[in-house]
Amino acid sequence: MFDIFKIAVRNLSRYRRRTILTFILIVIGMVAVLLFMSVTGSFKSMMVGQITDSVLGHLEVHRKGYVASIDSLPLNLNLKPEAISKIEDTLRQTDTVQTWSPRVKFGGMYSNFVETTAIRINGVDPQREAATVPLLPSRISEGRKDGVLLAKGEILIPILLARGMKSKVGDTVVLVATNRDGSVNGKTFVVRGVIESVSGPGGRDGYIHIDDARELLRMKEAEVSEFAIRLKDSTQLERTEARLKQALEGPSNKDGKPVLEVHTWADLSPFANLARMIDLMTVFIKVVLVSIVLVSVMNVMVMAVYERIREIGTIAAIGTPPGRILSLFLSEGLLLGLIGTAIGTLISLALILALNIWKIHFTFGLQQELVLAPQIGAVQVLTIALMVVGVAVLASLQPAWKASRLDPINALRHV
Amino acid sequence: MSLLTASGLTKTYRMGEVEVQAIKGADFRIEPASFVAFVGPSGSGKSTLLNMIGCLDHPTSGTLTVLDTDIATLDRSAAARFRGLNIGFIFQDFNLVPVLTAYENIEYPLIMVQKWPAEKRREQVTRMLKAVGMEDQADKRPDQLSGGQKQRVAVARALVSNAKLVLADEPTANLDHDTAYRIINLMKKMRDETGTTFVFSTHDPKIMSEAEVTFTLEDGRVLPATHKQEAIHV
Repeated sequence: MFDIFKIAVRNLSRYRRRTILTFILIVIGMVAVLLFMSVTGSFKSMMVGQITDSVLGHLEVHRKGYVASIDSLPLNLNLKPEAISKIEDTLRQTDTVQTWSPRVKFGGMYSNFVETTAIRINGVDPQREAATVPLLPSRISEGRKDGVLLAKGEILIPILLARGMKSKVGDTVVLVATNRDGSVNGKTFVVRGVIESVSGPGGRDGYIHIDDARELLRMKEAEVSEFAIRLKDSTQLERTEARLKQALEGPSNKDGKPVLEVHTWADLSPFANLARMIDLMTVFIKVVLVSIVLVSVMNVMVMAVYERIREIGTIAAIGTPPGRILSLFLSEGLLLGLIGTAIGTLISLALILALNIWKIHFTFGLQQELVLAPQIGAVQVLTIALMVVGVAVLASLQPAWKASRLDPINALRHV
Repeated sequence: MSLLTASGLTKTYRMGEVEVQAIKGADFRIEPASFVAFVGPSGSGKSTLLNMIGCLDHPTSGTLTVLDTDIATLDRSAAARFRGLNIGFIFQDFNLVPVLTAYENIEYPLIMVQKWPAEKRREQVTRMLKAVGMEDQADKRPDQLSGGQKQRVAVARALVSNAKLVLADEPTANLDHDTAYRIINLMKKMRDETGTTFVFSTHDPKIMSEAEVTFTLEDGRVLPATHKQEAIHV
């Protein structure tokens, strides 16, 4: 086999310009795909990180049906103490879960004593919320960012509302809410800070202490609208989701229907569609790469067979079996793929390294100077490399087959 | 026992609607270690006959037995194997692989056809290079060799795998007169040294006079052999 490769290398070097051109095409394709995958992959990871670490957490648990009617923040679908206890027990026993934060969510009216507007309120335990969505404090654009997220009697208001209602840090405002029984209650708060929105839900969300929320809603028992869950390792998302679903979605009520439901961040955020679009674009880019390799290698191999018909006739006449002629031409295609892939991978990795040295900065919402650090995994590189080499061999198959089937007499007569 | 026997051998080609009979009922025998020429003008059927002897083509009718094998029974792969083991070829245009050196061209059948081990290959190729007087040109590629040198390499390539029969189709047609003589004499010398049967075609009267047995082809018919020595019986 080594001897066949040696001859294949010589044959490729015979048509140097054509071989180099094919290498260049494969290299350009490889670099385009690997760079695209590394940059978009890093962008996706960063954006997912922003969403999970500042709003949603990795997973959320709700009462069944809550998410379907989440726009109205239904109080009648809050979790009761029995369910809360069950969920917390399960989360405690799940080793991939780092922490979680209970939230009480409801819609209310916000008044600065002059004007009134609608607001969505998140009642949170400040310590647990900051631990579950650690980027939340960094979204505070005005007010104190140090210490606890907020204290009882304080409110973080969304920036859109702050601008519209001309509310400032330190202002006293009133929140009015209707509880599940239909009775209206109000409570005054001091504006602790103004909070920037992140892509996805939460654009008009304010934050108060969970005890204040329960007091405002006159809850007789400690209800929770949702649990936001942070994992130790985000790559364990699917595994944890499956475990939680098994543990929490299994039990059913007296009608035989599940009581709880588990959602990942992707189920709850519209960014998941963007992420899917990025994945789709990656597929398209891969298709372009496959086409480039297929066409360029096939072109060079078809030409090689056409120009070497007499030579093929000679080696067939002296007794070279058709299988070995096939191997010889397949080896040439394989070498084109292997060498092109090796060069393309090296250049891609060098460019990715360069992008990490000369960092790409961008701004997303309030997040200033975000640094994009393109990265690509060995598995991704290996997958693309195998794909290119495989396609190169595939592209050589037809010309190689044709070469192996040439009639020696006709081939020897070829001019 | 004959190396090669043809009996009632015919070959017919179809060219469009017309059938052309290239070989018309040939009967002949060739003995081992003989030096044979098929002579005749262009289009007389020399190449067709050599192609059939070389298992590159099948007869339309009749039988052709080479080394006790009826070549009509060989399929494509079996014919390739048979050629690789028993038959060497020398071509008018030399047909050396242009990317390989003289040494590598001679070595080629031992790698691609017979898979000899490296050490045995080296010994055999070196021996063949010396035998054809090309040991000093071993590292040169075909485009660095003269026509005569290329044909010497081709002779060595034909013999390197210990072929029992070497077929040469117009081996001197692209060579000047002196070189042509040297190549024919080299072939004869190699026959003497190895006992290999050489069968070549030519239409050059001076070259054909070097053959020990000559078959003349006229319009697809093989005429009775003329002998320079008593080696062949028709």
